[in-house]
Amino acid sequence: MTVTIDDTEIAKFQAMAAEWWDPEGKFKPLHMLNPTRLDYITAQIAAEFGRDLKGETPFAGLRILDIGCGGGLLSEPMARLGAEVVGADAAERNIPVAELHAEQSGLEIDYRHTTAEALAEAGEQFDVVLNMEVVEHVADPPAYLAACHALLKPGGLMVCSTINRNPKSFAMAIVGAEYVMRWLPKGTHDWNKFITPDELFSLLEGAGLKPVDRKGFVFNPILWTWGLSDRDLSVNYVTASIRSA
Amino acid sequence: MAHIGAMDADHDILIVGGGLAGPLLALALARAGLRSAVIDAEPSETFTDPEFDGRAYALALSSVRMLDALGLWDALEGKTQPILGITASDGRPGEGAAPWALHFDAAEIEDGPMGHIVEDRVLRPLLLEAIGAEERVTHMPSTRVTAQSTEGSLARLTLSGGKELTGRLVVGADGRSSGTAERAGIRRTGWGYDQTALVAAIAHELPHEGVAHQFFMPSGPLAILPLPGNRSSIVWSETAEDAARIADLPDEAFLDHLRPRFGDFRGEIALAGKRYGYPLGLSLTDRMVAPRVALVGDAAHGIHPIAGQGLNLGFRDVAALAEVLTDARRRGEDIGAPDVLARYQSWRRFDTAALAIATDGFNRLFSNDNPLLRVVRDVGMGLVNAAPPLRRGFMREAAGLTGDLPRLLQGRPL
Repeated sequence: MTVTIDDTEIAKFQAMAAEWWDPEGKFKPLHMLNPTRLDYITAQIAAEFGRDLKGETPFAGLRILDIGCGGGLLSEPMARLGAEVVGADAAERNIPVAELHAEQSGLEIDYRHTTAEALAEAGEQFDVVLNMEVVEHVADPPAYLAACHALLKPGGLMVCSTINRNPKSFAMAIVGAEYVMRWLPKGTHDWNKFITPDELFSLLEGAGLKPVDRKGFVFNPILWTWGLSDRDLSVNYVTASIRSA
Repeated sequence: MAHIGAMDADHDILIVGGGLAGPLLALALARAGLRSAVIDAEPSETFTDPEFDGRAYALALSSVRMLDALGLWDALEGKTQPILGITASDGRPGEGAAPWALHFDAAEIEDGPMGHIVEDRVLRPLLLEAIGAEERVTHMPSTRVTAQSTEGSLARLTLSGGKELTGRLVVGADGRSSGTAERAGIRRTGWGYDQTALVAAIAHELPHEGVAHQFFMPSGPLAILPLPGNRSSIVWSETAEDAARIADLPDEAFLDHLRPRFGDFRGEIALAGKRYGYPLGLSLTDRMVAPRVALVGDAAHGIHPIAGQGLNLGFRDVAALAEVLTDARRRGEDIGAPDVLARYQSWRRFDTAALAIATDGFNRLFSNDNPLLRVVRDVGMGLVNAAPPLRRGFMREAAGLTGDLPRLLQGRPL
């Protein structure tokens, strides 16, 4: 295994793997967030590569890496939009779960039990790297983001989301999501590993990437849905950055 | 790369039912890039038969905007009648209107006419012609569904003749006795009103000025909807027993029964076409979705025609479902996945249930000769009449201009 992922973190997610595709199951919060994540990702890719999302397979010809692919909640949509997708997960048990589901969906996705660092070392490169809800779980964020940079082709796009670090995010992501709502198993997150948007931008720049956008993922407790916000990045947020051509 | 293999579907969406909601959905989806098959039990000859269905519909403004967004409205130019006013009054045969009549005038809302009346024989062929010209829609007339199942990410239908068809989602647009809902294990509740609507086009001597009338009679409401020219469509609700008797009468005797109810405010009246009878009932399903199944229109909710909202409710279902599916497709989601269908259900469920209950209550309140209720009705109508903001609120609601509107109902493309 690699240096930047805690074994304890992997074990936590392994325990959850089988339930990936049940929208009412343990991954309900991720399923709820997924349309909003996809709206952001698809819009960023379409803008960066000049694609029309109204077409049948707008991402045809793009090679996309989904880091921490889990059960394939992002990999499958990308494949459905026509991209060539590699789904990587450090938790071995997620791979057969994801493969089985892709087959049921009639999609061909290259799922691999590997890490960003190992893929970078092997010289793999992608047009797009999806780095969603991963960076707060890695042991060495600068080393991890350096690997992500190496994985991008020149002109490539990385979409990276994580959780802010402040009293509100502690209340929402740990007390709220793990203890009160029981959306996630207790201990899923370590608040000390959360990263502020400015810190993430510095980290991205430190890795040689050019941040181009950031938005908040905001939960509306009345409509019980997620949405994107230009201003509110206080808990969950997402960024887009480019490797210069 | 998208994989072409055993789990590939023949179409994106399999629509069961070739009435109005089914073809409308197929068209909305096709314009947004999704492929569908419309499986229609009726043979194709019925579509061009002007006597196939005698009904006329009050299209709410939002429904008109949707037809416009789909590029159909121009073809209806001159074939619909704008509704410039609505008068509702309590009445008993031979007595005329009660002192308090409720009047809505199009001049009170800024959006122009409150809606348009369109005849089934105009709208139906237009929709079928439009899907016929759309390469993303496969129309299959004279075809029945004999079985339906799901397998992984596929929905599968077995058709009369034994052919199998696959898609990501089956949409039941097959009316009040929806086989799609039944096969999916979706339960229905409802009741008959022991009323039958007698429907006919009437020619009259004097112009209608675009005003629709609703007379609340003890046996059921009589609606007079203006049609192009000096014609109106009547929806005359009677108890099932009386309706059966009246339906059997020859045309002249039928008119003799109608005249005291219709009144003489439009001069001489005559029949302008065939007469029809439709039994009235309420039919609601306990949910609008099941695994890889969604229901639209009367398949999900057949309501009382008293407020003229049935078809508009179907339009709203179609607009919401088309938007949910289109958005899901554009973000790469599986369009038949349970969380995608749940978005459609949560968007539509409240609206349809609320309207079903409201129209049921309306009918019970108004189809009644209890003197006390008659006073309540008259006073209630007088109060609404005296309060312009309240009246405008009713009108905007009936015009479909309130609530969280799908893009198509705002006249915007998907």
